[in-house]
Amino acid sequence: MSPWEVLSFAAAGLAANKVRSALTTLGILIGVGSVILLVAVGNGSSQAVQASLQGLGTNTLTVLHTGAGGFGPAASRSSNQAPKDLTLADAKALLAGSGVKSVSPVVSTSETLTYQGASHTVSSFTGTYPSYFEASNSPIRKGTYFTNSDVLNARKIMVIGATTATDLFGSASPIGQKVYVGGVPFTVTGVLKKKGSSGLQNADDTAIAPLSAIEESLTGYGTLNNIVVQAASPAVVNTVQSEITSILNKRHGVTSANADFQVLNQATLLSATSSTSHTFTVLLGAVAAISLLVGGIGITNIMLVTVTERTREIGIRKAIGAPRGAILGQFLAEATLLSVIGGALGVLAGLIGSRFTIVGVKPVVVPSSILLAFAVSVAIGLFFGGFPASRAAGMRPVEALRYE
Amino acid sequence: MARQPAGGPATLPQAPARPLVIQLEEVTKTYGSGEAAVHALRGVSLEVAARDYVAIMGASGSGKSTLMNIIGCLDVPTTGRFFIDGIDSGALDESQLAVVRNRKIGFVFQSFNLIPRMSALANVALPLAYAGVGQAERRRRAEAALALVGMESRMGHKPSELSGGQQQRAAVARALVTAPSLILADEPTGNLDTRSSHDVMDVFDRLNAAGRTIVVITHEGDVAAHAKRAIRVSDGQIVDDRRMADPDGYPPLWRQGEPA
Repeated sequence: MSPWEVLSFAAAGLAANKVRSALTTLGILIGVGSVILLVAVGNGSSQAVQASLQGLGTNTLTVLHTGAGGFGPAASRSSNQAPKDLTLADAKALLAGSGVKSVSPVVSTSETLTYQGASHTVSSFTGTYPSYFEASNSPIRKGTYFTNSDVLNARKIMVIGATTATDLFGSASPIGQKVYVGGVPFTVTGVLKKKGSSGLQNADDTAIAPLSAIEESLTGYGTLNNIVVQAASPAVVNTVQSEITSILNKRHGVTSANADFQVLNQATLLSATSSTSHTFTVLLGAVAAISLLVGGIGITNIMLVTVTERTREIGIRKAIGAPRGAILGQFLAEATLLSVIGGALGVLAGLIGSRFTIVGVKPVVVPSSILLAFAVSVAIGLFFGGFPASRAAGMRPVEALRYE
Repeated sequence: MARQPAGGPATLPQAPARPLVIQLEEVTKTYGSGEAAVHALRGVSLEVAARDYVAIMGASGSGKSTLMNIIGCLDVPTTGRFFIDGIDSGALDESQLAVVRNRKIGFVFQSFNLIPRMSALANVALPLAYAGVGQAERRRRAEAALALVGMESRMGHKPSELSGGQQQRAAVARALVTAPSLILADEPTGNLDTRSSHDVMDVFDRLNAAGRTIVVITHEGDVAAHAKRAIRVSDGQIVDDRRMADPDGYPPLWRQGEPA
């Protein structure tokens, strides 16, 4: 018998019990579909987290002031070494690092902006250098950035975030308008592109002005909140981190054990998050795999019923000379056909399901999960169909014929 | 009484060149063991030559079904030897027995035993499929076999759409489609009315007249009357072996030219 005939025999066998076959197929369908869909959801959420982290800027390191002097007990520091603040001089010293592309000193304060009676409190009113826009991955949508000469001259101009723009100006264009910050007028020169919120902080609720302008009118000269350092390439980020650490250690007269600053590495954060979301994906996949296994057991169950039901038919086939292999092949083919159809429909269902947003996550299908889920479903048909099929093939014709 | 296997006082006037299709040598069959043992056959010796037409008769529990299972290679003897077409069934493994059943024996059962989901044609073609015959050839031979039993107009029907007589004729077509050495029928008219029984027995007569070897197991006297030789089994032994017609001649109730 040709393989084609074996298949058509199997299809006829399944068609004899359409509802039962359909329900068994459904088990595999759900298993395969959920493997594909849940892995896609896990993958999608991991990509969303990574994208929002990348929105913070890649290749960047943030130097923060830690007043308590690292995590060590205060007593471990000698008394003549009071924690030193981050200063503009510190920032300029960091430019000496070999892999450093730019250094942006940052002062940040929460201020209320008013425009023609409307007022809005920004969570971070940031004063910095123009290089900050690139380092923090904040491209402009409308208008212009401020320049180094604006910083030198302490011009009262600013670039605002998308949320700030709509809150203050509604649909009107903010470019060229004067906004009062603590009584000081600032002219809006540009609006940033929408970033979307990342975590608790709304990245679009911001205003950025030249460092000197804010220091002059609002915060006074002296302390920086942080320093954003951009590395030349992803490869040198770690080198730059250690350079920064050693430069600041020297300047502040501290060691790594009692440092009064902390360097945050965006890449480290990224890899920590992605390993978390990887675990999440694996867990989801495992849950789905269990449902696929249950679907496989469903196949065994239904094939056992089928074999018992068709005992007499098996006896007839054996009496007219069907070899063991033909009977084995027939029932294996039926089981495998069930799982292949279920698997194919499951892939379809998984792909359709992953087009929708699920609990706020846009699923991203992993191609290898499709291949794996489908292959596993076929293997399940062969494996779980094997026991009933070998039971059928091992029947003795006399007893099988006597079966009513 | 059981006849001796080789030679022996020949009640059969057979030419020495005529091959033996069936040869049983002191065959016994015991089910179970110890005190619960059931001796279904207690030493049966029997020879059936090609072209013969044998009725095996016996009451229920006489051992005739066990005998049929052994002759049909569905079961193997506990002791003694059974040869079909000169092949020792005891020396064959399960897969070789399957081949023997496929090539050497055509079964006709009391309850027809057609596969319900398949058309008459597909049922008849099934043994050829297991024999590895190509699809076109299979169809041609199945059609020819169905025509031979007068079923050419109902080839596409499923068993449920056929009368009992038609189902049994399809089953006969399935039995002869592989051109086996032996057609083995177990109570072929047991589930049929008189008229259908007559039709089916006519088909057997015609097949035997055309040279087929036939063994019919029955408890009905009028079915046995079609055969050339009647063997009576009782309590696991052959108690009577009667020759009713020349094994090389025509079956006693067959009339040439009679439509089947």
